[in-house]
Amino acid sequence: MSETAPLLDVRGLKTWFDAGSGVFARGRSHVKAVDDVSFAIGAGEVLGLVGESGSGKTTVGRTILRLIDPTEGAIVFKGVDIARVPQSALRRYRREAQPIFQDPFASLNPRMRVEDIVAEPLIVHGIGSGRADRRARVVEILRLVGLSSEHMGRYPHEFSGGQRQRIGIARALAAGPEFIVADEPVSALDVSIQAQVVNLLHDLRRRLGLTLLFIAHDLAVVEYIADRIVVMYLGRIMESAPASELCRNPKHPYTEALLSAVPVPDPDRKGKRIVLQGDIPSPINPPSGCVFRTRCPYAIAECAARVPAPREVAPGHVKACIRDDIL
Amino acid sequence: MTAVATVTRERAPWAKSAARLLRRPTARLGAGIVAIFLLLTVAAPLLAPYSPFDQDFAAALEAPSAAHPFGTDQYGRDVLSRVIYGSRIALLSIVIADGFGLVVGSLLGLVAGFYGKWVDSAVMRVVDVLLAFPYLLLALIIVAALGPGLLNSMIAIGVVYTPQYARLIRGQVLSVKTTEFVLAAQAIGASRRRVMLRHILPNSFTPVMVMATLSAGTVVVETAGLSFLGMGSQPPSPDWGAILSEGQSYFLTSWWIATFPGLAIFAVVIGFNLLGDALRDHFDPRRRKE
Amino acid sequence: MSGAGHGMAARNLVEVRDLTVEFATEDGVVRAVDGVSFHIERGETLVVVGESGSGKSVTSLALMRLVESPPGRIASGEILLRGRDGAVRDLARLDNHEMRQLRGNDIAMIFQEPMTSLNPIYTIGDQIIEAIRLHQGKSGRAAFALGVDMLELLGIPEPRQRMRSYPHQMSGGMRQRAMIAMALSCHPALLIADEPTTALDVTIQAQIIELIKRLQSELGMAVIFITHNLGVAAEIADRIMVMYAGRVVEAGPARAIFHQPRMPYTIGLLNSVPRLGIDRAAQHELTAIPGNVPSPHHLPPGCAFHPRCAFFERGRCDSEIPRLEECAPGHAVRCLRWRAVAQSRGHEEGR
Repeated sequence: MSETAPLLDVRGLKTWFDAGSGVFARGRSHVKAVDDVSFAIGAGEVLGLVGESGSGKTTVGRTILRLIDPTEGAIVFKGVDIARVPQSALRRYRREAQPIFQDPFASLNPRMRVEDIVAEPLIVHGIGSGRADRRARVVEILRLVGLSSEHMGRYPHEFSGGQRQRIGIARALAAGPEFIVADEPVSALDVSIQAQVVNLLHDLRRRLGLTLLFIAHDLAVVEYIADRIVVMYLGRIMESAPASELCRNPKHPYTEALLSAVPVPDPDRKGKRIVLQGDIPSPINPPSGCVFRTRCPYAIAECAARVPAPREVAPGHVKACIRDDIL
Repeated sequence: MTAVATVTRERAPWAKSAARLLRRPTARLGAGIVAIFLLLTVAAPLLAPYSPFDQDFAAALEAPSAAHPFGTDQYGRDVLSRVIYGSRIALLSIVIADGFGLVVGSLLGLVAGFYGKWVDSAVMRVVDVLLAFPYLLLALIIVAALGPGLLNSMIAIGVVYTPQYARLIRGQVLSVKTTEFVLAAQAIGASRRRVMLRHILPNSFTPVMVMATLSAGTVVVETAGLSFLGMGSQPPSPDWGAILSEGQSYFLTSWWIATFPGLAIFAVVIGFNLLGDALRDHFDPRRRKE
Repeated sequence: MSGAGHGMAARNLVEVRDLTVEFATEDGVVRAVDGVSFHIERGETLVVVGESGSGKSVTSLALMRLVESPPGRIASGEILLRGRDGAVRDLARLDNHEMRQLRGNDIAMIFQEPMTSLNPIYTIGDQIIEAIRLHQGKSGRAAFALGVDMLELLGIPEPRQRMRSYPHQMSGGMRQRAMIAMALSCHPALLIADEPTTALDVTIQAQIIELIKRLQSELGMAVIFITHNLGVAAEIADRIMVMYAGRVVEAGPARAIFHQPRMPYTIGLLNSVPRLGIDRAAQHELTAIPGNVPSPHHLPPGCAFHPRCAFFERGRCDSEIPRLEECAPGHAVRCLRWRAVAQSRGHEEGR
């Protein structure tokens, strides 16, 4: 672990959405999409953020990029608390932190050519000394992601899903950012293409020294690419640990269930499957105390009393569970 | 590095789109009528056998004949020529009235949808007020305020059409605003203006095209209506509505004066309607695969 | 019309022979399914694995005669089904009326998106009862009771209340169960499940898979399960059929497909899936299959996979369309070079 300050330090982040007050309002109700989340990412590190629907992982990604405004908490990027900076002053940050989105069909403007899509960050930030220079940079970035200059004049609908995702990656890299938030970048792709894009990200990260926040629901992909993994459920962090440690030695019941639920491509797989009962509760009215207790096979009465504080149980391995006698 | 397969080459998107549109019979018929209409406006001096203003009392109120295929009116003016030249006024009304509605309405809708909150509420209340009036009443009020005349009547109709464009664009903007490519543009740091003009507006436009086409026909009817009531163009202008109005009093004896401009209006409306319908089906998002 | 047996093996419930489905598009006629043959026995689970453009969904729609025609049509082939009454019918030749009696009754289908497959303006109960009324002739309280039984079978809590719920009041997993309840309300002999868990969270997916397995053994149903997820396939398949560009490229028992794959595409798929708990130090590289799935308008000549194949042999693979050959008992592969493939996998398979 490095001694220097992390590139990104998120502390006590909360993003609550207004759910409107009822007719017999006793105060407004909120969708607590992100409820007290803290983690740090070191420069050059890949942090995997894993969770199912309602976990808040996408909201965390968008809040960090200030596409959504946080309700509370600090987002310290290179020593500056981005959460406190007004939208108008964020341009500098926007050059250094970029997103990659999930849906390759919706994340590209269907009326813009590839060249214009990838050149837009250059134009917005005044990079490049003119049209010709910008074009040269675009060609270079396209090559970096495995496309070529002959693709520049075409429109998104002329490409396959995997190629569109590459265009999206090219756009994210155009202005030379240090930090990328990839929100489910491969989930919408065919299996064989997923591997291509994962490999591409892996390769780019190495070559360009990128820091990556990789948000996904597929633990196997995340384990492959991430250095550390944070597991979220209903807006809160359940566990965080180095990637292989988390997958081999989970300390939180939810992580255990999640790992057990991942289908393994091996018909001879042994081991009991833990199948969680019930549905994911609503984030408007999360359970009291530990939000996972309603589906937790190890829940006890005390779990409802208070929200478990995250505790370090091994070097770099943190869990939010009051029990120590399981797992 | 991974290899990349070639991308299949396609014809230019516009050409392919237009070709596909014209495969529909309704599109062909509508486009055909509109094309004839435009031809009339452009080539009026060549096609019209007489000047629309030439009076010839000797030949007044003559039934359709070889010399005057549409007959003559009470001043001996050739109805065919007047109808042909009237197409120019009809085209003008489309450009001014539909254009006004489109431009002003789109701007209002764009601003309302993009900025939201109180701006949205304010603009939409104004739009609601306009919509609360029956179109004719609203148009008459505006013409009364501005004074009768061709230009003013067209502007009046333009105001009448503004609300529907505003609502349409606002709806489009609201839906486009939440798409991921707009989010991506914001994440890049693009200014609000850039996001509005470069991302939201171009993607909100197809329904506007459909509406503009469908409205073209009705605009012609309505400006003709104002002229019919004497609030639009002034004599001796060969405005279709005005000719209709004049022909009204002679209808029982000289039916041709009112009938032919009426048929012309009818044809133009049908033409634009067919084309507009075909455009709407053509742009139907369910068709959009790829 | 029911023929004289059509020569279908007694233990088979469904036999598809040489099915070809074509679509008329602006750019010409496209073969979404090209000469596909397979069978499924009573109570068996066949998993159809493929990516986009493989033709897996169209195949299942063709079985249900739900292919939109125009522009699609079953160009040739037979779809033999042994009905409840024991008679064998060719579904490809039935008219709409006859097909409607079979749909929901002998064969049922569930889809990927439960929200769009369920009618939002009717309660779950209404929709289940509709199926029961149509096929079992029961109505009123009897039908309602059957519906409640079905929901209970599916593990839906408070089934009586649920019968009166609307789709939007239920979570994704619940809706999927409701859809399964509707599909199974008449105890069909065959269930076709088209990517039923793809849109679900992984913990819910695990629930649904367990559920389908349980129902299958309780109801003695055969299941055709379509997915692109190899992990899910491993969980439930008795046999697996791999499709690529409209053709079956490999088919066989689940273990054979996973442990002794013979088609380079299958091998590529297996290698491109990241597996949990890998040893990072040993660095199991994610070997992606290069290139893209071909467009059905521009299928490569010969073997459709050859531009992306590591075993490609010039002159053979790009001119001859391989036939399906048996490489082991019950295991067929469509590859001219399968013997070379088998040899190269010698040490991995412990030989």
